[in-house]
Amino acid sequence: MSRNPQLNEKGALQHLLTIEGLPREVLTHILDTATSFINVAEREVKKVPLLRGKSVFNLFFEASTRTRTTFEIAAKRLSADVINLNIATSSQTKGETLLDTIDNLSAMHADMFVVRHATSGAPHLIAQHVGSHAHVINAGDGRHAHPTQGLLDSYTIRHYKHDFRRLTVAIVGDVLHSRVARSLIHALTTLGAPDVRVVGPKTLLPTGVEQLGVRVFHEMRSGIRDCDVIVMLRVQNERMKGALLPSDQEFFKSYGLTPERLALARPDAIVMHPGPINRGVEIDSAVADGSQAVILSQVTFGIAVRMAVLSILAGN
Amino acid sequence: MNLPDAEGLFEALVAQLRSRVTPDTRIVGIVTGGAWLAERLHRALGVNTPLGVLDPSFYRDDFGKAGLHHQVKPSQIPFEVQGQGILLVDDVLFTGRTVRGAMNELFDYGRPARIDLAVLVDRGGRELPIAAQHVGASFEVPPGKVLVLDRTPSGALSLTLSDKRRERKAAS
Repeated sequence: MSRNPQLNEKGALQHLLTIEGLPREVLTHILDTATSFINVAEREVKKVPLLRGKSVFNLFFEASTRTRTTFEIAAKRLSADVINLNIATSSQTKGETLLDTIDNLSAMHADMFVVRHATSGAPHLIAQHVGSHAHVINAGDGRHAHPTQGLLDSYTIRHYKHDFRRLTVAIVGDVLHSRVARSLIHALTTLGAPDVRVVGPKTLLPTGVEQLGVRVFHEMRSGIRDCDVIVMLRVQNERMKGALLPSDQEFFKSYGLTPERLALARPDAIVMHPGPINRGVEIDSAVADGSQAVILSQVTFGIAVRMAVLSILAGN
Repeated sequence: MNLPDAEGLFEALVAQLRSRVTPDTRIVGIVTGGAWLAERLHRALGVNTPLGVLDPSFYRDDFGKAGLHHQVKPSQIPFEVQGQGILLVDDVLFTGRTVRGAMNELFDYGRPARIDLAVLVDRGGRELPIAAQHVGASFEVPPGKVLVLDRTPSGALSLTLSDKRRERKAAS
């Protein structure tokens, strides 16, 4: 059997490309390390010197605000030098290939690449191409994976619910196009959550999704009943133009998270969303701004989780 | 070699510190052994200020070589550092590199007025100009050996000589 391309010859994490196939200990180590970074943000000096002298290149071939910014903050709190490249407006438009771009940045002595790309597998291609000293982190590739989002979602769930082994988690909405959903499903099943559900219309759930170890619900009320955690996915407006969904309003009527529907979940259930939220499309404002929503905590925890990933990779 | 009884060294350290420590003293223990020792000192000396704990793993000078493989404990400094006197506590003083990292981390919480260092054992072998003001005992340990402080479930301390560092396994 060939080696997991994310692990080096010692079995340590060299790149973070996907959560799929990573052992539970690796995920737990990342979450535990993130815990130690949480209170760095509350100190007089919000930095640790761990990545001093390292260069982290943020390569965003696709637009992002939250992910790019939190990766930048994470790298800076670790004392790394951060270079942000907005590739959509640079070399690629002049015709340079992806790997030529990487070669040029490697010649500038890049230590880590944080990559977002519209094409699934692009970070994997880069990881195979870079030298053995460099590390690649997937910050979202096509419909494939968004591993640091899956980890920060897991961190948030662990923070509020403490133990994965008794949890019921519902992931609601456009699972078909969602790399966030795929990464979270892999993380939760690896961490031992016994009941992970996907809830959505047939047109927005991938065929065979049950094989990932989830239960499928097409009806919102039964899907979120007695859940501990509800993860609402963004309805990707750009996908609406196809015949997958009749309209925003239609989606909200069937799957929007309203206070009435939230009441079906456990009284202490938390509501999560990877952002950006579409108020009135997948989530009612009363829920998004309500006491059960932990959407902004997800953003804060995301910095600590990304600090953990950057520092663990840099040390391997 | 015969190792001294850790509880005896602890009593010696308490006796030295009694005149120096007040209920307002800010004690900070370095994980893992230093934090155990600090916990005991905190109780024995009747200190009221909450205890601080530092894990200087993010300040180590061998990160490039060693990486982050063990579980790092969150540092907790539940008091103002700026302008205060701090009593830093570790179990064994050897090269001085851990203390260097811990002092760097402390300064990221503020500028202390003064830092004193208390250790159970000074085993020599310093690689940095660092000294402890309060020492339970000083003795040489054969090179290549590691002096390890252990704690029983009831909190009693003991010293053993080992060939490798204490395992700090990741929590499940």
